Amino acid sequence: MATVELDDIKKRFGATEVIKGVSVDVADGEFIVIVGPSGCGKSTLLRMVAGLETISDGELRINGTRANEREPMDRDIAMVFQNYALYPHMSVAQNMGYGLRIKGLPKAEIAAKVRDAAELLQLTELLDRKPRQLSGGQRQRVAMGRAIVREPSVFLFDEPLSNLDAKLRVQMRLEIRELQAKLGITSLYVTHDQVEAMTMADRMIVMNEGRAEQIGTPLDVYERPESLFAAQFIGSPSMNVVAAEGREDGLHLGDMVLPNPTGAHGTVMLGLRPEHLSPDPGGPITMEVLLAEPLGANTLLHGRLANGQSFTVSLPGVHRAGHGSQTLRLSIPPDKMHVFDKKSGRRLG
Amino acid sequence: MEKRVTFKGWLLPLCLIAPQVFISAVFFFYPAGQAVWQSLFIPDPFGLSSQFVGLENFEYLLGDPYYRASFVTTAIFSTLVTLAAMIPALFLAVMADRLVKSAGVYRTLLIWPYAVAPAVAGVLWLFMFNTRVGVIAWYLGQLGYDWNHVLNEGEAMGLVVVASAWGRISYNFLFFFAALQAVPRSIIEAAAIDGARFWRRFFTIVLPLLSPTTFFLLVVNIVYAFFETFGVIHTITSGGPQQATTILVYKVFSDGFVGQDLGSSAAQSVILLIVVGLLTVLQFKYIEKRVHY
Amino acid sequence: MATEITGMVEKRGMGLWLTHVAMITGVLVIFFPIWLAFVASTVSQPEIVQPPMPVWPGDKFLENYTAALVSGVNVPVAVMLGNSLIMAVGIAVGKIIISLLSAFAIVYFRFPGRNFFFWLIFITLMLPVEVRIVPTYEVIAGFGMLNSYSGLIFPLIASATATFLFRQFFLTVPDELAEAARVDGARPMRFFWDILLPMSRTNIAALFVILFIYGWNQYLWPLLITTDPSMNTIVMGIKQMFPSGDDVADWPVIMATSILAMVPPVVVVISMQKLFIRGLVDSEK
Repeated sequence: MATVELDDIKKRFGATEVIKGVSVDVADGEFIVIVGPSGCGKSTLLRMVAGLETISDGELRINGTRANEREPMDRDIAMVFQNYALYPHMSVAQNMGYGLRIKGLPKAEIAAKVRDAAELLQLTELLDRKPRQLSGGQRQRVAMGRAIVREPSVFLFDEPLSNLDAKLRVQMRLEIRELQAKLGITSLYVTHDQVEAMTMADRMIVMNEGRAEQIGTPLDVYERPESLFAAQFIGSPSMNVVAAEGREDGLHLGDMVLPNPTGAHGTVMLGLRPEHLSPDPGGPITMEVLLAEPLGANTLLHGRLANGQSFTVSLPGVHRAGHGSQTLRLSIPPDKMHVFDKKSGRRLG
Repeated sequence: MEKRVTFKGWLLPLCLIAPQVFISAVFFFYPAGQAVWQSLFIPDPFGLSSQFVGLENFEYLLGDPYYRASFVTTAIFSTLVTLAAMIPALFLAVMADRLVKSAGVYRTLLIWPYAVAPAVAGVLWLFMFNTRVGVIAWYLGQLGYDWNHVLNEGEAMGLVVVASAWGRISYNFLFFFAALQAVPRSIIEAAAIDGARFWRRFFTIVLPLLSPTTFFLLVVNIVYAFFETFGVIHTITSGGPQQATTILVYKVFSDGFVGQDLGSSAAQSVILLIVVGLLTVLQFKYIEKRVHY
Repeated sequence: MATEITGMVEKRGMGLWLTHVAMITGVLVIFFPIWLAFVASTVSQPEIVQPPMPVWPGDKFLENYTAALVSGVNVPVAVMLGNSLIMAVGIAVGKIIISLLSAFAIVYFRFPGRNFFFWLIFITLMLPVEVRIVPTYEVIAGFGMLNSYSGLIFPLIASATATFLFRQFFLTVPDELAEAARVDGARPMRFFWDILLPMSRTNIAALFVILFIYGWNQYLWPLLITTDPSMNTIVMGIKQMFPSGDDVADWPVIMATSILAMVPPVVVVISMQKLFIRGLVDSEK
């Protein structure tokens, strides 16, 4: 069992800084999801923890001791790769036991450990197969098995589900979380999928352009996004962001006037989640509906505001928007309004 | 293309690469350097010392009618070998490509002359055209044609060309066949629907699609004719009659080992090096080109 | 579906038969020299020197082949076969080993001089042995390696082609495998041995076929450095069996030797046809 501390970790490739100082303390047994768009540096960060990339600056501590210079094998970690990285010429059992074989464990002990892990993952039937004879989901399990067998202090996952189809992804998401809870192993999990991040994380790190935009529990990030980026990245459909003018009497969007919960002045960015808006004949927001997407449980209405900005609303149940243009009036509780500084994108208030 | 992952350390990789570098240095670079060096000297008649003569060896060579003749001979020889090896191969490949089911059988039957060494091919063809016992020479005699490649320069050239091209047909066939199989069926079908008949389809669609392969084989066959046909010539004609089949590589050998003229042989080696260099550049041009395909 | 496709592009009836006829003619023409050599190796000398020779095999098969293998002309052909085998296997195995190691170093390490060595190896592509025979001969003579297996093998071992083939292949091996191996605790040589080598099996086998034939079919080099008949390889030894001057050659034995010289590479090519074709196409890329 282990803690992992990242202390102002930086990564430079030549003159370009790709990780610009990330700090986080991961508690023992915690499941941390690092989430962000491609190119944000999330994989690089994970690979630095694994020891596959050198750390340019800052300190990595595993269990309180500095690990920057340690080889991957000496960090007591296990990693699950995006394409599983199974050795194609080895059987499932050999794949899972390879790390132990290198450690020089006796054959019988390796076999026993492999068997236990296989049972846990329902792989017992497949132990003699080669990776190419397995389905995507099975390969995924073998990659997990290989990580478990080593009994590491830390699990590292690098987008492990991105090669699976949507249905399997949901199933494996649950399995991984269950397994991690059962084994209680500290985990770092990289994904670009905000749904995975929301559903799996104890805490998540929202990364953008080499920086941690926000670190917190999924609900924290959802309810109180610290930056415009985090606000838009987390949540589906994505948050509406519109420019507004803060005055004494409220926030002005063209002719519309909304409450000003933070008392901001000047131009600010106003964030409104589509699911927090509700139809209200006397509401301050006027939207012209152009397209309705009925999803069954709810309906997405896409359209634009009077000032021409595009806008999305999510309404529960089936909402029959008429053909052609239709005007809808909406309101939102002030505590669900997010106001950001226009320049820095940081949250105000 | 580079690996993202690398292992640390410099001693281990140096040790790993050392055997190849060592062998290349001793058996490639040192001899090649020697060739360049020797080409600048003329040894005295007793081989005791040698005198620096600068580019005189080259001047002499380029003025030497025999060497110039050898250049012409090489050009004729390699052109003929290339044509004789590629055209039948292309024809057979096109035929085999039409036979969807039995193509594999024909391929098996056709590939194995590739395994026959050029020198052995030389012996086989020499046997057929031997002036005393050769079957074909005998039948030609019955038809009133007096075959004698030992005396007739044209016949000697013809024989070494055929013997050199023979095994290469298999090689070229394999590449043409593979390229033909790789032509998307849908393109052929589209052309067929457009009403193009077989040979018209072949010349307007298939042949242009084969051009990368054809160009590649052209270079490879020229290299083969230049450098790998020594065995054929040595077994059949030994460069004769009257040097009619003395190609450049054969001349390096006969001047260097038989004539013991080291300076001239070395200068010839250097000229060959330049020829190989040019051919290699051509080959790489091709590779570059293919990347864009 | 399949019948539609063949119906569209494959000839039927007359056209199909003509195609077969063309193919069979081609095969027969290609085969004819070998057939004739085989016939000559099964008949007696008088039947050959009195043209035209027969076109069907005679009854002297055992006699001629035994004569060739046991006594030969200058040296028993069995000895030459042995020399050829050692040379061909030596060249193939040697090339594969040094190429695997150097390709591994070039692909998986960053070390000082890496680019320099890479180009050094690359340039050897341009130096066929035929071009540098005299100085190379002098090097071998200087080492006292004339008439030796090492003299036959070493100068032909360093080849950029094999190194490039392996480099090409290693570059297609997913990065994650090396990373997984590192996380599993494998040091570089362990990774090479446990993972890279087993994954290269088909490439190694395909290359072996090509290199075996390359080594077996060498002519000029053995001709230069083996002056002792007992070191002759079979491909170069055939020419030595022809008498100098006006004596009549012992055709049945020479033809039996020619057939024997073809058998090993032909067997290798036919039995490993798929690998061979793959190796051929890959090595020329």
